[in-house]
Amino acid sequence: MPGFDIAAASLVGGLLTGGVYALVALGLTLIYGVLHIVNFAHGALLMVGMFAAYVLAARFGIDPFLAVPLVAAFMFCLGWALYRFVIGRVSRGEDRAMLLATLGVAVVLDNAALVIFTGDTRTIETPLTFAVLEVGPLLLPVGKLVACGMALLMAGLLWAFMARTGTGRAIRAVAREPEGARLVGIRPDRMFALAYGIGVACLGAAACLLLPSFYVSPSVGENFVLIAFTIVVLGGMGSFPGAVVGGLLVGVAESLGGLFLGESLGPITISLMFILVLLLRPTGLFGVAR
Amino acid sequence: MIRIIIAIVALLPFAVGSPFLVNLAMLTAVSAFLGQCWNISGGFGGLTSFGHAAFFGIGAYVVAILQIRFGLSPWLGLPAAFLLGGGVGLAIGFASFRAGLRGSYFALVTLAFAEVFRVLANSLDITGAGLGMQIRRQPGLITFQFVDGRLIYAAALALLALATLCAWHLRRSRFGAQLAAVRESEDAAAALGIGVVRTKSLALGLSGGLTALGGVLYAQTYLYIDPSIAFGSARSVEMLLVAMIGGAGTIWGPLLGALVLHVIADGARVFIDTPGAAPMLYGVLLLVVIWLLPGGIASLKLRRAHA
Amino acid sequence: MTRVYSESKVKHLTRRGALGAGLAALAAPAVLRAETAPIKLGLIHPVTGALAFSGSQCRAGAQAAIADINAAGGIASMGGAKVEAMLGDAQGRPEIAASLVDQMAEGGAHAFVGCFASALGLAATQAAAKYNLPFSIDSGLVDSLTTRGLGNVFRLFPNASSVSADAMTALDTINKKAGSPAKSAVIVHEDSEFGTSSAKLTAAVLPKIGIEVKELIAHATPTRDFTNVALRIKSEKPDLVIISDYQNEYVLLARTLVQQRVDLVGTYSVAGGGFNLKFAKEQPTIAEGMMDFNHWYAPKNPRGIAFRKRIEDAGLTLTWEILFGYFAVQLLADGWSRAGSAGKEPTIAALNSSTFADHWMPYGPTKFTNGQNSGAHAVALQIQGGDMHVVWPDSFADTPAIFPRAKT
Repeated sequence: MPGFDIAAASLVGGLLTGGVYALVALGLTLIYGVLHIVNFAHGALLMVGMFAAYVLAARFGIDPFLAVPLVAAFMFCLGWALYRFVIGRVSRGEDRAMLLATLGVAVVLDNAALVIFTGDTRTIETPLTFAVLEVGPLLLPVGKLVACGMALLMAGLLWAFMARTGTGRAIRAVAREPEGARLVGIRPDRMFALAYGIGVACLGAAACLLLPSFYVSPSVGENFVLIAFTIVVLGGMGSFPGAVVGGLLVGVAESLGGLFLGESLGPITISLMFILVLLLRPTGLFGVAR
Repeated sequence: MIRIIIAIVALLPFAVGSPFLVNLAMLTAVSAFLGQCWNISGGFGGLTSFGHAAFFGIGAYVVAILQIRFGLSPWLGLPAAFLLGGGVGLAIGFASFRAGLRGSYFALVTLAFAEVFRVLANSLDITGAGLGMQIRRQPGLITFQFVDGRLIYAAALALLALATLCAWHLRRSRFGAQLAAVRESEDAAAALGIGVVRTKSLALGLSGGLTALGGVLYAQTYLYIDPSIAFGSARSVEMLLVAMIGGAGTIWGPLLGALVLHVIADGARVFIDTPGAAPMLYGVLLLVVIWLLPGGIASLKLRRAHA
Repeated sequence: MTRVYSESKVKHLTRRGALGAGLAALAAPAVLRAETAPIKLGLIHPVTGALAFSGSQCRAGAQAAIADINAAGGIASMGGAKVEAMLGDAQGRPEIAASLVDQMAEGGAHAFVGCFASALGLAATQAAAKYNLPFSIDSGLVDSLTTRGLGNVFRLFPNASSVSADAMTALDTINKKAGSPAKSAVIVHEDSEFGTSSAKLTAAVLPKIGIEVKELIAHATPTRDFTNVALRIKSEKPDLVIISDYQNEYVLLARTLVQQRVDLVGTYSVAGGGFNLKFAKEQPTIAEGMMDFNHWYAPKNPRGIAFRKRIEDAGLTLTWEILFGYFAVQLLADGWSRAGSAGKEPTIAALNSSTFADHWMPYGPTKFTNGQNSGAHAVALQIQGGDMHVVWPDSFADTPAIFPRAKT
């Protein structure tokens, strides 16, 4: 049985990892909250963002943390265009078709990456790769601390955007009452594309923050899809504070689960937590019954 | 008419004498069968599941465990897999529907259940944990191992016929009518005195039991399973694609879906060598099919019929 | 010759099966038809999906071998018959690997090379057994590939139990030579077939060579964060960490060990997935001094050195998968040469009795028992100065091991 100090370190480590997970889940919860679909392309888009950050770092020497605005802007355009010209068109706004369309997009993106970058796993070494903050006996990776802080910041920004700006309000109106919004002159498909773009842009930021402490390969997205779904459900679909709290909880559950059940059986804690939340409180911790 | 055409297409591989063609036909029949299983709950019942791999994996592991751990005949695996897959389907259904889960919430909970089974299979001793399970190769009728691809194809066709018969029966039975009523409006169905949770759970149970049979056939054909082969989410996605592309809630939809998807996937694979290019093309064609045929391929025929 | 293989030529020859061949025969002048019929070789690898990297590397190695054989005038004893590749993507799915065997057998394949992963290899070899077509395995560590009585299956390379046994002999030698600084170890392994079986074999032997096993830590694939594992290792204070992991987890674990300042005499992996030249280049700080027991060419052999240069000039990273693909094909070619035929029975007979020695792997001549070459051995490697060196056995080593590893 692991001792107290390891358990404490594991708890802190879980919180840090959870911050990164939250970042990946923010975009997904936004997309779910507005479009009401499970975005199967989420993992593939995360992978695209990571490759974008990788190319900037490996080719042009731009530190991934500094590349956040660039990659986020690129990913916004990609997400917007994907919805406007592919997902929206193909599905005609119909839920089931939209689900299939995101699946099709994921297959195309994953394999396009394979054609361009081959199946190779790539990593980078940045000045922050080994930087750690010593807190008592704990060694906290600076990269993860930054990512965690960014997740909180972005959740705040997203919340402010949705609650305080005209565009944000329009998106929320469309999410709730597409027909009503249309009557007051808001074009739902434009708002959907915008929301999808913003969601994907968040993912771009997550990609940049994740790259230095992870690796990138065409199938890297699969590592985070189930986690992101879990967080979104746990926090309540469409809720930003929910995504942050959900991310932290999942990070801790995974870390402690791994410690006490073994790193092999440990991942089961995430799925079990997911199932229990769905069965006992389907709206999640911060969700509103629909 | 369509039945005669399908029968001819299905029997053609026996006549041509090409093992490759038989094998492709077998893979297509298995896909169609699994798609039909998904269709029973997902199409006729409107219960979109992302986790049918759970049932497939249960079937595969049941037959492997019966043989390897208990020395029992793989033929026993068929009823055992059906019962266990069905039981798990009932249980998952009962728990989820009683909690009022539907739509994407239900879809996600099934995904999580499949993941639980994958992790368990990866950790328990009885499933061989990460080592997977290798069934001893002893071809023969008694051991349910066929070297001749035509026999495997025949077994796949038999399963497909069974599932299609179930689907066909659903359309005309009292239970099927109840299921359709629940799919269209749960409130209305409840008002008519239909047990909503019971009906939906039974549909998932039937679908799960049948899907498990597919797992048995897989294990007996390839003789090796591991947690990701058995419970990996790719299988769930393929099942749902086949049914939805073909036309969810129609009897011939999964057959048409499997046929078209296999022609696209295998065709792309045979003619393109650059790694990734073939599946990429498959993805693009998938988008095109969704775009052109929002109601699935079977809707082509229906539209004709209505016109 | 700077390119590894001629892309256009391989492409041109690969497919469109019997129909294409038939049309070509009709169109071609009679002179061409008189030329010796080519030998068709099916290459089955997972070049898409999660195993894409390793699968592509195997394929590249096999294609390089085919290019070499043809450039040298084909198989001399068969009138200079050329080898034609048929390419197949198994996508990491056993059912597709088996299906490809049927497809290629029908397209006239004389033999197969594949499939990198054990699960794919099991499905494909038993499919090929239906036709009794020779199958040269280019990986698939699992022993049972050759122990389940399929007469058509041959493996030039060492199997899992032999690799594990040799790995312990090597570790023991290196440790004793340094005055036994390593007295305890923690074993970290991924929890699927490859890591589990390797860890079990290792854990059984370590106490016999005076190294206490403090803990066995299994982890899932994927594991996204190794902080827990590093902390547990740190609390056990072992001298050694012994790793059996796939590429991605290997790199993450190695990085976390450095980040969490785990103080070790050394790290030693058994067929460590991420231990390669690219890792040494991308993560120089972490990689320096890490050791691995793996497949590699004889580093002092000029042909091996030339081959590595050629692969690197083509923009690829030389990994053991490329070597396996390359020699899996060369083994078959040697069989065809001896048999003077690509027919299945003569080829299988020739392989069974073959003493293939025209290679630059650290092996002697081949000696097959039930399809497994008993003369094959892997070697101990260490990253020193950003490059990979063989440090055991002495007969092939190009530099001594730095053990204990230098402090960073």
